[in-house]
Amino acid sequence: MNTLVGASRIAYRRRASPLHAARAPIAAAYGVAFAVSALVVENPLLLGALLIAVLAVACAAKVGRQISSALRLTVLPLVLLTVLVNVIVSRGGLTVFARLGDWGVLGQVNLTVEAVVYGLVMALRLLVAMLACLLVVCAADPDELLLAFRRISPHSALTATLATRLIGVIGEDARRLAEAQRCRPDGGARGARGKLAVVRATVSGALDRSLDVAAVLEMRGYGGRGRVPATCRALSRHDIAFAAAAAAVLGLYVFVALGGSAPFQAYPLVSLPLSGAGFAIAALTIAFALAPFLDRRGIEL
Amino acid sequence: MSNVLSFERVSYRYPTGTEDALRDVSLTVAPGEFCVVAGLSGSGKSTLLRAAAGLVPHFHGGSFSGTVTVGGLDTREHTPAAIGAVAGTLLQDPETQIVMNTVRAELALALENLGGGAAGVARGVEETSLALGIGHLLDRPTGELSGGELQRVALAAALVARPSLVLLDEPTSQLDPVAGDELIWQLRRLNQEADTAVLLVEHRLERCLAAADRVIAMADGGIVCDSDPQGFLEWAVENEPALQTPGARMLDLLGLRPPPTGVKQARATLRANGLLTGPGVSEGTPTASAKADRARSLLERAGRSSIGRLLGGGEAGDRPALTMRGVWHEIRDGPAILRGVDLQLRPGEPVVLMGRNGAGKSTLLRHGAGLLAPTRGRVERSGRVALLLQNPGDYFLHERVDAEASPAALELVGLAGFGERHPCDLSGGQRQRLALAIVLGGEGAGGAPIVLALDEPTRGMDRAAKRVLARWLSDRAADGLAVVVATHDAEFAADFATRAVLLADGRVIADGPIEEILAGGWYFTTEAARILNGAGGALRPEQGATLLRARMAGDRLAEAVRS
Repeated sequence: MNTLVGASRIAYRRRASPLHAARAPIAAAYGVAFAVSALVVENPLLLGALLIAVLAVACAAKVGRQISSALRLTVLPLVLLTVLVNVIVSRGGLTVFARLGDWGVLGQVNLTVEAVVYGLVMALRLLVAMLACLLVVCAADPDELLLAFRRISPHSALTATLATRLIGVIGEDARRLAEAQRCRPDGGARGARGKLAVVRATVSGALDRSLDVAAVLEMRGYGGRGRVPATCRALSRHDIAFAAAAAAVLGLYVFVALGGSAPFQAYPLVSLPLSGAGFAIAALTIAFALAPFLDRRGIEL
Repeated sequence: MSNVLSFERVSYRYPTGTEDALRDVSLTVAPGEFCVVAGLSGSGKSTLLRAAAGLVPHFHGGSFSGTVTVGGLDTREHTPAAIGAVAGTLLQDPETQIVMNTVRAELALALENLGGGAAGVARGVEETSLALGIGHLLDRPTGELSGGELQRVALAAALVARPSLVLLDEPTSQLDPVAGDELIWQLRRLNQEADTAVLLVEHRLERCLAAADRVIAMADGGIVCDSDPQGFLEWAVENEPALQTPGARMLDLLGLRPPPTGVKQARATLRANGLLTGPGVSEGTPTASAKADRARSLLERAGRSSIGRLLGGGEAGDRPALTMRGVWHEIRDGPAILRGVDLQLRPGEPVVLMGRNGAGKSTLLRHGAGLLAPTRGRVERSGRVALLLQNPGDYFLHERVDAEASPAALELVGLAGFGERHPCDLSGGQRQRLALAIVLGGEGAGGAPIVLALDEPTRGMDRAAKRVLARWLSDRAADGLAVVVATHDAEFAADFATRAVLLADGRVIADGPIEEILAGGWYFTTEAARILNGAGGALRPEQGATLLRARMAGDRLAEAVRS
């Protein structure tokens, strides 16, 4: 329930930051560059640099509070689950630190240090990718994004518009339902069972809500034959700075992935050779990420 | 001249329905006509509107026969998206009427979908926002707008493409009286200046009849009256008194004709009959304490009823049921919603909270019920406060009615025989009663309430249902419960309350007997009081008629003395 309510707070809101001043497709590309970079490397040092970069960018873009709220409510539980699953199902690794015996379908379960380390690396990748996506949600105007997207794929854009709107609507429904439960004489639903009932009520209402929103979209002519006109707007210096930063970060990580300049191995034994190049790439990551924020001229709400 | 909307022998049944929602409906709307659709709840008004928008049958499915043509487009052959180019639609719930993130993008959506160029879109957005007075909202996120603001933005989005027909389903249901009147007159202006036809579904007919060219009354899915406003009111007097406006009811009680479509016409009729000489009726026939006396006398009846025992009201003796002392509610990085509110409710007191959208009514009720903690000030309760919020459906978590509330509470709200039903299968009024049963609780859970608070309980209710609710609330007050209702509906307020509290900008600006607070107002008042200019504190048609009868009798007496 808290997750649903919290989800409504993770939404775009125009703020006085260079990232919000850039056009939405470029702000989105900037965020996606970090997510993709996290998926192409496994080196914990570089993943740590990417994590620091994303968090620093969130603070510089004034969405740090939203990101940390999402981190607490949704991202961290998923990350912990990733580590746990990897530790239990991984058969790699030589350094066993616990033997849990026979677990039926899973067979003999031995916990290894390597599986824990790899689980953490996987979780770190997931964490960076999710935070980068949250950054896009908070800093890229969805209306502008959808407008750009509709020129390419109207039907996908329709689905995306519905989903975007429903996050807010369902989050608000969850808040109202939770408030109504508190009005019950016994103080309403308590514990996991009670919360589950509220979540179930919210989700079962979501279908009706999506139909309502879809009906309104259709009545506004969405999906009709009209072609969305293209707009020509010159790139601003913020657009150029963030596009360049996105290209630099992504280029750097693709180069690292292809060139093998930051090796890391989890199985059968953990191997993480630290080198000057690794630290330099980590430093460059943070520098590239934050450079566009140095120009704060003309930033206003 | 081709019609902008035509229904030819249209019948329709929803996929899960057991009866037709529309029965053999035939009607036409000419360009530039302003039509009001009237009828009790469940009469088929909203379905009629959805059929005109193409949502029936495209979106809802079901069985459909007949032909609906909108701006020359047959709804069976054209999708709602295509029909949207000629007919703008505004449905009931503003929360789901908004699909974009900012107001500007919301208004631009329809124009972009029609393939308008950037300059045309920008001009359309600017002009529509100025016309509807929402220019200051253009760059606001839609998620931060109040219900009233959302409703105006949704209306602007429906109008931005300059459709030849506008379909509106109770657009004023969430608006305060000022904003509601403004919206109706904005529609009238649009209708007159741009020749846009309007089909408006509305329960509060007194608000819109003066602007209408025609009224279509529905019952059981069929059209039972299609006439000008005057003809409709004549029909209502004979056939469906629940659809009469308060002004028409008052004149009907006096045996005066014609039934008035607005305050001006009612006053003209009264003047013509010598009942109104100056700006108002001068005689003061105080009725101020009549209802308070009734509540007191009911309380003094032999003992308290079993219902009273269940509710527990009055057990605190003369102690106030709820006291607020200097209550402030300030939002972090935001405005103050309540600013030092002092309020006291006594057991057995029926109170109405009124004020504009955003005045702080809902927040005040939430503080009363303990859902919010004041940033400054104190709230003291001598018992439990049962709060019914705006959406009754939010209270339902179970599959059966009897799993939601105790048998005693179900009996109290008249749902004793509905235990095995699913809450979603109940009608709108029954759902509200079930939600009331839930918050009132039984004798065990949480203790019996001493205050019953309701937030906008009459949204989407017809006049008959409002009267039933008002009577029920009066009975609960007579049982000793302090009843406080936040509402925009002055007619409903006059039906049950003895005291009115007017809020503005988070402050109590007036607090006193309802006749004193509402009778002399322009907006926060009833139609009867407006017609009589507040004379005698008469708020309800029956009170107004009594007042005027007294005047007639006085005149006759004076004449007899003279002769």
